[in-house]
Amino acid sequence: MKRSPKDTAESHRRIGRRALVLGALQLGFAGVLAARMRYLQVENADQFRLLADENRINIRLLPPARGLIFDRHGTPLAVNEQNYRITIVREDAGDVEMVIDRLQKLIHLDPDDLKKSLKELRQRSAFVPVTLADRLTWEQVSEVAVNAPVLPGITPEVGLTRHYPFDTDFAHVVGYVGPVSDYDLKKLDDPDPLLQIPRFQIGKSGVEAKLERKLRGKAGIKRIEVNAQGRVMREIGRQESTPGADVQLTVDSSLQNYVQARLGGESAAAVVIDTHDGDLLAIGSTPAFDPNKFVTGISVAEYKALLENEYRPLANKAVQGTYPPGSTFKMVTALAALEAGVVAPEETVYCRGFTRVGGRRFHCWKRAGHGHVDLLESLQESCDVYYYDLAQRVGIERITAMARRLGLGRQYPIPMSAVAEGLTPTKEWKRLRKGAEWVIGDSLNAAIGQGFVLASPLQLAVMTARLASGRQIEPRLIKSIDGIEAPRDKPAPLGLNENNLRRIRQAMFAVSNTRKGTAYRSRIVLDGLRLAGKTGTSQVRNITKAERARGVVRNEDLPWNRRDHALFVSFAPHDRPRIAVAVVVEHGGGGSKAAAPIARDIVLRALTGDMPPLDAYPRTDRQRIAEEQKRLKPKLRRPRGVESGRDRA
Amino acid sequence: MSYLEYNVKRAPAGLRKLLYLNWALIVLVATVSSVGFLMLYAVAGGSLTPWVEPQMKRFALGMGAMLFIAMVPIWFWRNMAGVAYGASLLLLILVEIIGDVGMGARRWIDLGFIRLQPSEMAKITMVMMLAAYYDWLDIRKVSRPFWVLVPLVIILLPTFLVLRQPDLGTAILLVAGGGIVMFLAGVSLWYFGALGALGIALVTAVFQSRGTSWQLLKDYQYRRIDTFLDPSIDPLGQGYHITQSKIALGSGGWSGRGFMQGTQTRLNFLPEKHTDFIFTTLAEDFGFIGGMVLLGLYLLILGFCFYTGLKTRDRFASLATLGIAATFFLFFAVNMSMVMGLAPVVGVPLPLVSYGGSAMLVLLAAFGLVQSANVHRPR
Repeated sequence: MKRSPKDTAESHRRIGRRALVLGALQLGFAGVLAARMRYLQVENADQFRLLADENRINIRLLPPARGLIFDRHGTPLAVNEQNYRITIVREDAGDVEMVIDRLQKLIHLDPDDLKKSLKELRQRSAFVPVTLADRLTWEQVSEVAVNAPVLPGITPEVGLTRHYPFDTDFAHVVGYVGPVSDYDLKKLDDPDPLLQIPRFQIGKSGVEAKLERKLRGKAGIKRIEVNAQGRVMREIGRQESTPGADVQLTVDSSLQNYVQARLGGESAAAVVIDTHDGDLLAIGSTPAFDPNKFVTGISVAEYKALLENEYRPLANKAVQGTYPPGSTFKMVTALAALEAGVVAPEETVYCRGFTRVGGRRFHCWKRAGHGHVDLLESLQESCDVYYYDLAQRVGIERITAMARRLGLGRQYPIPMSAVAEGLTPTKEWKRLRKGAEWVIGDSLNAAIGQGFVLASPLQLAVMTARLASGRQIEPRLIKSIDGIEAPRDKPAPLGLNENNLRRIRQAMFAVSNTRKGTAYRSRIVLDGLRLAGKTGTSQVRNITKAERARGVVRNEDLPWNRRDHALFVSFAPHDRPRIAVAVVVEHGGGGSKAAAPIARDIVLRALTGDMPPLDAYPRTDRQRIAEEQKRLKPKLRRPRGVESGRDRA
Repeated sequence: MSYLEYNVKRAPAGLRKLLYLNWALIVLVATVSSVGFLMLYAVAGGSLTPWVEPQMKRFALGMGAMLFIAMVPIWFWRNMAGVAYGASLLLLILVEIIGDVGMGARRWIDLGFIRLQPSEMAKITMVMMLAAYYDWLDIRKVSRPFWVLVPLVIILLPTFLVLRQPDLGTAILLVAGGGIVMFLAGVSLWYFGALGALGIALVTAVFQSRGTSWQLLKDYQYRRIDTFLDPSIDPLGQGYHITQSKIALGSGGWSGRGFMQGTQTRLNFLPEKHTDFIFTTLAEDFGFIGGMVLLGLYLLILGFCFYTGLKTRDRFASLATLGIAATFFLFFAVNMSMVMGLAPVVGVPLPLVSYGGSAMLVLLAAFGLVQSANVHRPR
């Protein structure tokens, strides 16, 4: 079609005009784009740079090595063992089933664990390592490592797990660690990010739990660059973790081992304390359990068995069990009366088997009565009537005050689980807690360590140490933390009349070294090792009138859990005391029969540092003792698998 | 003015034509394409495969096509406009029938040596068709309703076919590009006003229809609009693209993190980093300065097209050149708005830079037309 030159010019003009508008609009929009770029890239650059870093940088925690626990001589009680495990990376393995099949020919894989691992493998990204087998021996790992070429994607890895070389011996003292639970998180109120690591191990009981923060250490941080899929590209920075502080306890591992073995199958507890500085040398409680089982994860059945066991293996009877101290409390009453001046040591009280107070009869353990008894004889033969008399003279307030002075009725701040306070009753306490007035019978019962009085073996040991030293001994469990010795002052004197204390000690010596003493059968005949002690038999039931009329039932005829508790407190050597020992055998019957021999053996072991020498025993007993020792020997184990304590895996 | 009226003697002929090529435009196009090669090299983690090599081959092919087209007189191309447009429509229909499906859309025809995307072709052939139409049309009839309806049909036919694929980005580019050619041809502004009103009505309708039986867009298209309006509603899903893209841009800062140092790209936080989002890689590595340089290069290309389009007195050459310029502008403006979070993610590549054979070939062919207009301008 033809177009006139005029039209052409008009067309050109029109296009020119509109193109100008269009060009201006486009330029304007380009300006908007530039402004937006400036806004994003110049004004907000820092913010976006930060976001980009957040995108790419992940922070991983490096768990610290847990602090080790040693005994007073540096023998390790809790260590970190290298733990070998096998992991698989799906994308490297290719044919996962084939690889696992081959692996199974080399090492045993638990079918349940394998099922779990396979599930995890399916769920996680292809590059995430998944654990196939845990806690392998070095032999198993090397077997796998040697066959690595035919096991693509399989890597042996090393981790650390807690191990307790003494197995059951320190179950209650050191305690154990276990994976952190939701309950722990709620209870602990600890912001430490380490606790957020799945299956991170924290102390669950004993020293492990109480010194958790010191033992745990501080997490290190690893900054890694990850891509959008979460794959780790490289490590950007690393701040190493600070290992937890090493803790040294005052306990002597070989003595503890002996104590646990000696207590044996009984439901019993024993505490050995240093009478100079209060160092706890052994804290035994039987039966015990294997803390290592808790670390690896105890089976429900095993745990249930522990819970349902009548002997309560999970309880630390030495510090959390409280018992009526029985006759071991008589030193308290005697000292209270002596200090109050209401009785002279030579003064005698006539025991005819019972005493009548407030229309009630209070019996002595010896139905026939002891006749005239003075202070020494009252302890030596453990006459109850003497103390009924003293109780009326001195009053409960002074008895309780003396009990507290000697360390009863107080919760000691030692890092163990459920340390018991015990009970030293007062009139006010009874009014508040029982809603009844204190009656004179309560005082009489308290005077012989029955009734309301309760004490733990630890408290009894402290009491004995205080009697032996005349000083305010405080029990100490932590010797040092991270090499720094725990502060230790020389204990202040109790402020008691030394003559009175000497009388008590003499009487306690008489208990086990004179023919009439209740613990004469458990005497030590070697001078320099002789012990002073006091037996105790505490009733766990009231003897009714009807029972008494039928004649006292012999303990052996009662069901186990209704038998009396057997107690024995002692210090040795009697003239220059170094240690105090308290033993409680639950439902063991009489203190002289069940508890005293154990205490004697422990004393000998503690003083000699070795198997008790036979010549320390009365000649007639030696053969029997030798047989006992032979039976005991296999139970005394050397800790296994530990060369040098300071090794950190 | 028809080609018969050209004073043939005043237009260059033979090899002399080479002298009249707009060499600056060629250099600019080559420069921008090289930026593309560089960025494709970077997103591949410093490798020529899988993107740089094919892209370079296509560039070479495209350059050949461009020179060929430039050597052929512009009036020949005007006469071919109808054929080209018709061919594009046929290919679009063919895509419907035998096309390959990729990323949830049916867009490609596999020709063996190249996977052709007819929708890319349609962008240019439609502009040619419109330019030819207005060249033919008496300029006094331009604003008459019937003669306005015809170009609308020319625009909407390919748009409809493209929307069926579905490819919202190309559809928008087609409508906008066609509209701009109509605007340049001198269609009364009243029509544009009316269109604007209609547009608002349409947007309302689109939103109103959501969830009803006559829903106009696909669900994913709605979601894209939603997340554009508020990326935070879905930071890891649909909004992820926009959020990560903005982070990449922003973290580039003034001068960028350095070539291949951008973490967003290197660590795969960016989606489609070799195609639609390649600009973010550039902006992350080379910062504000890098982004501005590329924008400047684009504007220069645009400027040379405008120069050619305004210089020629041939109505077809003028409209076609300016239409191509407008399409080119729409390409990069929509793409950049998209990655900067100014527009929804609609899937428009960055011209000459994004990986993609069809777009590269078609754009270079279009610049061939511009060159032809320049060469065969009567002097």
